[in-house]
Amino acid sequence: MKLTEEMLKALPDARGHFGAYGGRFVSETLFDSLLTLEREYKRLKDDPEFQAEFDRDLAHYVGRPSPLYFAERLSRETGGAQIWLKREDLNHTGAHKVNNTIGQALLARFLGKKRVIAETGAGQHGVATATVCARLGLECHVFMGEEDIRRQSPNVYRMKLLGAEVHSVTSGTRTLKDAMNDAMRDWVANVDDTFYIIGTVAGPHPYPLLVRDFQSVIGRETREQCLDRTGKLPDALVACVGGGSNAIGMFYPFLTDESVELYGVEAGGLGIESGQHAAPLSAGRPGVLHGNRTYLMEDENGQIAGTHSVSAGLDYPGVGPEHSWLKDIGRAHYVSVTDDEALDGFRKLTRVEGIMPALETAHAVAYAIKLAASMDKDKVVVINISGRGDKDMQTIAEIDGIEV
Amino acid sequence: MSRIEGVLKSLKGQGRKALIPYITAGDPHLDQTVDLMHTLVDAGADIIELGVPFSDPMADGPVIQQACERALRHGTSLRQVLAMVKTFREKDDATPIVLMGYLNPMEAMGQEKFADAAVDAGVDGILTVDLPPEEADEVAPLFTARNLDAIFLLAPTTTDDRIRAISEHSSGYVYYVSFKGVTGAGKIDVDEVASKVAHIHELTALPVAVGFGIRDAATAAAVGRVSDGVIVGSVLVDTIARNQADPDQLKRALSDLLHPMREALDSLAS
Repeated sequence: MKLTEEMLKALPDARGHFGAYGGRFVSETLFDSLLTLEREYKRLKDDPEFQAEFDRDLAHYVGRPSPLYFAERLSRETGGAQIWLKREDLNHTGAHKVNNTIGQALLARFLGKKRVIAETGAGQHGVATATVCARLGLECHVFMGEEDIRRQSPNVYRMKLLGAEVHSVTSGTRTLKDAMNDAMRDWVANVDDTFYIIGTVAGPHPYPLLVRDFQSVIGRETREQCLDRTGKLPDALVACVGGGSNAIGMFYPFLTDESVELYGVEAGGLGIESGQHAAPLSAGRPGVLHGNRTYLMEDENGQIAGTHSVSAGLDYPGVGPEHSWLKDIGRAHYVSVTDDEALDGFRKLTRVEGIMPALETAHAVAYAIKLAASMDKDKVVVINISGRGDKDMQTIAEIDGIEV
Repeated sequence: MSRIEGVLKSLKGQGRKALIPYITAGDPHLDQTVDLMHTLVDAGADIIELGVPFSDPMADGPVIQQACERALRHGTSLRQVLAMVKTFREKDDATPIVLMGYLNPMEAMGQEKFADAAVDAGVDGILTVDLPPEEADEVAPLFTARNLDAIFLLAPTTTDDRIRAISEHSSGYVYYVSFKGVTGAGKIDVDEVASKVAHIHELTALPVAVGFGIRDAATAAAVGRVSDGVIVGSVLVDTIARNQADPDQLKRALSDLLHPMREALDSLAS
């Protein structure tokens, strides 16, 4: 299907649907808040004052635009297409997540909410939320699975230093999906004074819309930088997909450019055939969770399946509804790489370019290297380096059997 | 007239209020649920809300979350819940059963297949916590065609326009959630509930049942005074959790809890 600007403008539709996906599947208590948020966001989206403040913060607080870096040595060693890196890891707080939290915290302020809640997996969204709350003087509560607290302890401490309260979630699988459940539960109880900053392009409408809009700065910059540096559009974009916010931010401004191939890389864990993975687009089916209809990992009875990934940020059984739509219409390719391949990607980028990616990002790196190797030298592949790997030192050291 | 409508009409004729207990199917074990349902009826239940366990019950507090986990540990599936209702119907053809749960297990079965199976089992109403009427346009006609009542939630945050719209999509009764929060949390403010329910009565002719925060005879009576029925959930589920080791003791404990509520509600009858 050839996408046009017109078609994209019409999505999501009035009910928050991207084709068969998205929507607002929440309990009644939250419904009015979602309608208010949608109404206010649509108003502020076109408000020059709001946009100017958002742009100013991205420039002077986050440090945008982030560089587009030509990974010359990695390209040479790979022996195929040129590999370029969009350096979201250089943002303040070390990941793309802050683009969205800046935007949503501004919304919270415009709506007069004093208390902010967030869910987090790897802790990057939690840190980015705690950061903007510290700056705006907002009370901040972050929900994080007990298992993730264990494997991402540096980020937990960062959140605490920033003044956030970190709530350990002990229900279910004790990872990101359960953190999101508990954040929703808190929101229902405190809906009058609380703004829920969702970290990914999932959740009930209008979240997939506004997170995509805030993250699209990644793709807009990449488009401009790539034209400027290489004189043409990239041939392929590669981004990791958990919920899918860095991927949609990168892809969205290129959706109507048919020549640009889009690759979303899911967490293949121990391998798709093992069942131990977090790749709903590769191996799941449509269902309803966390307020939206989308591809999910579930059993034959509709119970949400446990997931596995070496990276906490991709360890999620669902995915943003817009990705589900892009998959069905065939505009983006969704692939997966295993834990081991991701670790290889991590080591490769670290050793060859001196850039240490987050384990989430390492999935995109691993796939992009394979992809580039199969392409001609005059082709351009851009990887979204969505986050830096400092937070993963402990996990890598454990895998290497080293105590740090 | 549906079984739910019939029961609520007859209660209204007698000036009585509906007592609607909730338990999670498969908790503490699949083999016990049907027996517990009969116990609830013997103790005075007019309608039973039977919870379909889900791995991610976002609108529920810890008590019902843990009930879901217990039920799922034994592999309780929607198919098995429907089988329980079918077995219950062998002895009780009068008490309406409302399945309460989340959308995904029902979708996974296939909505039409589910609607057929629900009717076949003897289910009377469906309450899907995460399915607002706005998203129910495909499934609602399937229910209507089979005379299954679609029961929707109203909340303290629901605006008048939505109360009207939701009531139009509802049949049987509407379920008013008494406070902002998950099940089993928070404290009910009876005065606030009274004024909101009175207001809902102005906007719809459907019976209004109130749930969340009803834990004993006193709260049941206070809420029963201003509504058409009360839904009792977490306190029962908590009783199941505490008595799960002894099935006979469990039945006695549930009965002891429900009886005084029945009496308190009936003492309101004029």
